[in-house]
Amino acid sequence: MELYSLTIHQLKEFLHKKEVSVLEVTRAYLERIKEVEPQIDALITITEEFALQRAKEADEKIKNGEAKDLTGIPVIIKDNISTEGIRTTCSSKMLENYVPPYNATVVERLLEEGAVILGKSNLDEFAMGSSTENSAFKTTKNPWDLSRVPGGSSGGSAAAVAADEAAFALGSDTGGSIRQPASLCGVVGMKPTYGLVSRYGLVAFASSLDQIGPFTKDVTDCAIVLNTIIGHDPMDSTSLKIDKPDYTSYLKEDIKGLKIGVAKEFFSTGIEKGVKETVQKAIKVFEDLGADIIDISIPYLEYALPAYYIIASAEASSNLARYDGIRYGHIAKNYEDLIDMYMTGRSEGFGKEVKRRIMLGTYALSSGYYDAYYKKALKVRTLIKNDFERAFEKCDVIVGPTSPTVAFKIGERTNDPLAMYLADIYTVSVNIAGLPGISLPCGLSDGLPVGLQVIGKHFDEGRIINVAYAFEQANKFNAKPQAIGGAR
Amino acid sequence: MKYEAVIGLEVHAELLTESKIFCGCSTKFGSEPNTQVCPVCLGLPGTLPVLNKKVVEYAVRAGLALNCTIANFSKMDRKNYFYPDLPKAYQISQYDLPLCSNGYLEIEIDGQTKKIGIKRIHIEEDAGKLLHENTDGSLVDYNRAGVPLIEIVSEPDISTPEEAYQYLTKLKSILEYTEVSDCKMQEGSLRVDTNVSIRPVGSKELGTKIELKNLNSFKAVQKALEYEIKRQIKVLEESGTIIQETRRWNESKGITEPMRTKEEAHDYRYFPEPDLVPIVVTEEWKEEIRQSLPEMPHHKRERFISEYGLPEYDAKIITSSKKMADFFEKCVAEYYSPKTVSNWLMGEFSRLLNETGKEIDEVPVTPQMLVKLLKLIDNGVISGSIAKTVFEEMFGTGKEPEVIVEEKGLKQIANENELREIIKKVIDENPKSVEDYKNGKEKAMGFLVGQVMKATKGKANPQLTNQILKEELSK
Repeated sequence: MELYSLTIHQLKEFLHKKEVSVLEVTRAYLERIKEVEPQIDALITITEEFALQRAKEADEKIKNGEAKDLTGIPVIIKDNISTEGIRTTCSSKMLENYVPPYNATVVERLLEEGAVILGKSNLDEFAMGSSTENSAFKTTKNPWDLSRVPGGSSGGSAAAVAADEAAFALGSDTGGSIRQPASLCGVVGMKPTYGLVSRYGLVAFASSLDQIGPFTKDVTDCAIVLNTIIGHDPMDSTSLKIDKPDYTSYLKEDIKGLKIGVAKEFFSTGIEKGVKETVQKAIKVFEDLGADIIDISIPYLEYALPAYYIIASAEASSNLARYDGIRYGHIAKNYEDLIDMYMTGRSEGFGKEVKRRIMLGTYALSSGYYDAYYKKALKVRTLIKNDFERAFEKCDVIVGPTSPTVAFKIGERTNDPLAMYLADIYTVSVNIAGLPGISLPCGLSDGLPVGLQVIGKHFDEGRIINVAYAFEQANKFNAKPQAIGGAR
Repeated sequence: MKYEAVIGLEVHAELLTESKIFCGCSTKFGSEPNTQVCPVCLGLPGTLPVLNKKVVEYAVRAGLALNCTIANFSKMDRKNYFYPDLPKAYQISQYDLPLCSNGYLEIEIDGQTKKIGIKRIHIEEDAGKLLHENTDGSLVDYNRAGVPLIEIVSEPDISTPEEAYQYLTKLKSILEYTEVSDCKMQEGSLRVDTNVSIRPVGSKELGTKIELKNLNSFKAVQKALEYEIKRQIKVLEESGTIIQETRRWNESKGITEPMRTKEEAHDYRYFPEPDLVPIVVTEEWKEEIRQSLPEMPHHKRERFISEYGLPEYDAKIITSSKKMADFFEKCVAEYYSPKTVSNWLMGEFSRLLNETGKEIDEVPVTPQMLVKLLKLIDNGVISGSIAKTVFEEMFGTGKEPEVIVEEKGLKQIANENELREIIKKVIDENPKSVEDYKNGKEKAMGFLVGQVMKATKGKANPQLTNQILKEELSK
């Protein structure tokens, strides 16, 4: 057994019993990072010095009997989440040297508990993409097969957890950016209900869809991390005031009589045979556990993807306008006047996909097109919300595949944006409706992980955890990525 | 052909809240550049706005004072455009659901009351300020970025530049009364844009609208409109066409100049601000704000006429500024003659305020000090004309009037013997005038009084001087 292969709850026990120090754990992880990073390329920044210093502080805490759940636990943060004094690049040339003067609320909460930040992870530029190939700096590889993508946009965080570079990681999910890479990398990833986790400090892509969530090695860890990161934040008006539940109290195997909805629409467009069969087997597991499987329908699901690309791009076109090529580092070398400075700086600083979405979003909001695109997309959004509401009258959770395919080859879809967009076909509707969703590994197809998505009602994360945990216990996923010296 | 103008006004007023609209930074004016900023108002990546409740309250207060309907549900929107003073490259404003709408205010034109409609009032954030002091570039001060504003849009009910002026004066007074804004145009806390078109008298159709910018005073608005209306009439009379455009008022030349045409206008791509939740104003809250509204100018004016017996003219001037009206009431609480107070406020006090460009609360003279001065006159310690000198000194230094009188030896000469000696000397020195007087030239009397005042540096008691002079001359 290696320290870096442990889960949070296992590490916690060792640490609290003082069988191992945080410093030892941290060093083990830093070693592991050095060992596998050359193959995986999950990280943009490694914060070794900061981590070692934090480790010493955490050891003090434990010594003083002040240890909390995440004290001394190593974590990696997606590089679009603001970290004070630590470069936050969004994998964009535009922010290559941007060092924020403040911490995101989630980072603040992790640090308060004594978590140890090991580094910042790679992503598709400004979280736009499904493979991390849109990073301006590097392409992260899937630990299960280095010739394949880890998914995206939080591909760095997913791969890092899969490759044991951290006990857990934070990502952000706008249209599937946590769940899809979790699925492709065989780890647990959750997008909480919109408004459950503060967005303060998450560099905005699409403000009405973005949500921060955890990548963990199992469902128990997911519950532990959620406990720390959720809760109202006075700095985020869209974060809701709710009583903080203890999600670990939902870690129960009993789901007898629970109504599990299965929508045929989640098994249609472009689904791989292997994925379909693996997910169907998973549904059988639920049946065996005594749950009622109920057929439901989300009729407007096929419009979710186009509506998503209009709403998300519209908001992005506005959110990304502040990168004017004057502040934040990247400045054009040659320009004629102010407008030229803006245009040259932005042309150089942004990658292809980001520019594509800025143009798409700007177009959708332009006078004369607003009603036909943006307004219509908002109507579709309402229809999809209604669909889910109706579905949830019949069932407690909805299950299906997270991604229609297993991890695809690097370069396979880079020249076909529409094929790339289809990677999110089963995840975007959850963001559009603001619902919580988890992806957990449910088996392998051709030796690559398949993710099972469990979608719940608003603020019903507890129930999702219950269902996911019951499944995990009944259907142990013991496979390990073999592409990297998988000493786990 | 006879033409009439159709004028609309857009007024931006900075609200008097302590902190900015979306963060806790101070709104204080005049601090060192970029000292009142934080990640939120600098628009740093990842930051989010949180709406200041006071901003909604102040805007609702303005809306109620201007007879508006207050929306119980409204929202914020993003107005997108690039400019270096706008850190997020969008301004958080309100588009289709403003907080207040359908109000009005009343102005007086030639003794007639005219209602001017208020189309809407919405809240928004101010931008930073560009400083063009440097030759190799411009600097940006973000202290103002995020200062709360209301934009008040009138209906096109205004037909003359004079009406526009009256509208602005009245609006300013209401905003000051409600303590929503300090309305200091020189500090940019009140800004005015206007638009104007002309049409043949009697026509229902609107002409092509011209927007006017760079209007730095209410007088400038009036002058720019006068110029612009004449210009448009000339264009039409010479069979030309008016092009829709924005023009800039050139104060020194007294003309409007083209600034940008419609084709160059921005497409602001408004859409609902996803980072903020809708604004809900409950009936209870609205009523609470309504109850807290102060007395409005026209009510105060009527009360000043009935309660203090002020002439209508005085009441109108004194109540045009709430600060002036408050000052007046504090004086009359301690002084028996409201009209005397009013004379001083409209006379010496206003003259010095105008000369120094200051507001009544920016000078060191307090109501108590003015009352003391008036009592010094009543008690014969100083004359009315010396009081003006004393007042000027009070205005400049903030010293108490009796201290000034003491220091400068301005006490009136009311000692009969002392004064008689001086008068005798004046009579001896001016035989020609004495003869004139005796020959029936009344004017010579005035000259002699003047000579006495000159000899006493104005300190002679006027009544006593007259009395003694007559006695001495009839000897």
